Parts: sequence; structure tokens; C-alpha cells
Amino acid sequence: MSDPVILERTQRFLSFLRHCQVLGMRVERADRTGLTLRLPYSENIVSDPETGIIHGGAITTLMDTTCGISTACALPELEICPTLDLRIDYMHPAEPNHDVFGFAECYRVTPTVIFTRGVAYQRDINEPIAHVVGAFMRMGRGKQGGAAAEERGAGA
Amino acid sequence: MSERNLNDWVRQAHESNNYDPLLQMVPYARLIGIECLRLGDEMVFRLPSNKDNIGNPTLPALHGGVIAGFMEHAAMLHLLMFMGSPHLPKIIDFSIDYLRAGHYRDTFAACQVWRQGRRVANVAVTAWQTNQTEPIATARCHFKVDEP
Repeated sequence: MSDPVILERTQRFLSFLRHCQVLGMRVERADRTGLTLRLPYSENIVSDPETGIIHGGAITTLMDTTCGISTACALPELEICPTLDLRIDYMHPAEPNHDVFGFAECYRVTPTVIFTRGVAYQRDINEPIAHVVGAFMRMGRGKQGGAAAEERGAGA
Repeated sequence: MSERNLNDWVRQAHESNNYDPLLQMVPYARLIGIECLRLGDEMVFRLPSNKDNIGNPTLPALHGGVIAGFMEHAAMLHLLMFMGSPHLPKIIDFSIDYLRAGHYRDTFAACQVWRQGRRVANVAVTAWQTNQTEPIATARCHFKVDEP
């Protein structure tokens, strides 16, 4: 079961991100322990039409977004945290015609940086298609969105 | 796609200096709108500004995942075009550092192959917007290059 307050917050966050809307991403589950997003399978995000395998870029977008919005599960209020860095290790290609899920959690929150980790998976979270770690920057109180976000970062 | 087709596509692209057909083959590259241009021995990739690639709407800024996807695809194409790999390189890992906000404008990327072994290649990618000396992101990735 999702936490209703966190679920609403993460859904609102995701709805702001135009590219995520283009990909049809949805919040699957959100609570204090982490966030799960769904990336629907589509022929538009494939890397090779013959195999139907999803491009790494779409998986990276899913995981950048999942890690980025998972900060909303760990913080008392909504903060926009730009991505500092992200690393993805691919375990095996995604299976064609199946949606991909991204799960992420924050494992360390400091006043300046939030450390997140997660997995991308399809049928079974214990057989991930990719492992991810990402660090996100906290912009500080009253500095959301505008000039401070301008200084640094590009992420979700 | 078959190896033979792929080789033909790459050869034709080099001969005609037109890489569009190679990019059009990949639905994800079409979705975000990647272009590429050969300047002598250098290959520069371009991601034209596109509303659908925006993440943070308040700046507005490109979605970090799109920047990463653009850089990953640039690295893969660069390998395919210069290394004579007869098949599509497969991504092993990808690591990106975001240095500046990716504004809503054209983005460019260039690649450097630091090492290509028989089985694995290491590629560094730099992405910039207004000035190549002020990158918005740097990335490094490994590709498997040894089997179809």
C-alpha cells in the first residue's frame, strides 16, 4: 500500500515533467521506503526494431526520474533536487513488449546531498535489468526552481 | 538488423556524408531527435531543442535522462562508425556527471574512444550547449563489441 500523502506528492512531481508524460510514465507505488515508477513498453523507445529491445536512454530516463522523485519519499516537504551524477549497470536487456518498473530509495540524506540507489526490472525485482546509483543536490530552503537550480544540474 | 545491412548502412552514410538513414533506423533516436554531422575526422552529434525533451518546466531544462540517452546513443554510433564493429555495440554500463543545467536549446556531443579491446570498448562523451569548453555533462561508458 502506498502512503497517500507521499503518493500524491510524487504523482504531482511526475506530472510536471513533460518528457516523462511523453513516455507515459506513472507512479506505481510510493511510501516512506521508496518509489516505484512504471515505464510502459512502446515501439517509440526501442533501439532496434528487429529485436524490440528498449533503448538504454529510456531506461536511464526512467531511473533518473525514479531516483530523483524518490527524494520526495525521504524529505518532509517537496524539494526539487537536480541530479549530480548517475551510474547504471546493465544486467541484461529488457524483454520486448513488457513494461519496465523502476524502484529507488534514498539511503543517505544530508543537508546538501541525497544518495539514492535503485533497480530497473520487469517481472521480478530480484532479477533486475539494471542497477542504479545516483546523487542529488539539495538546493536549500526558499531556493527552489529558480536561480539556485540554474546554478547546477540538469536532472528531473 | 543483420550485420550485412548494418555495414552497408554505415558505408553509405560515410560515402554520402548523410547519417540520417542510420539515425532514422532507431526509434528512440527519432523520438528525442538526434542528428549527426561529420567534420573531417570528427563526429559531432546534435540534439535540437524540443519541447518534448523538457524535464523541469520552471527553468525550463532538458530532462537529465534525455541528455544521458543522447550521450549514450552518440557513444554507440561513434563506435559503430569509427571502429569498424560489424554489429551494434551493447551497453554494459553508463555513468554521467551533470555539470550545468541543460537549457531549452540545442545540445551537442562529441566522443572519445579511450580504449577498444577485442571484447569491450571504453568511450568518454562530452555534451555542451553554447560553448564546448563549458560542458553541461560528461559521461563514460563501456560497450560490449565482440558478438552480434
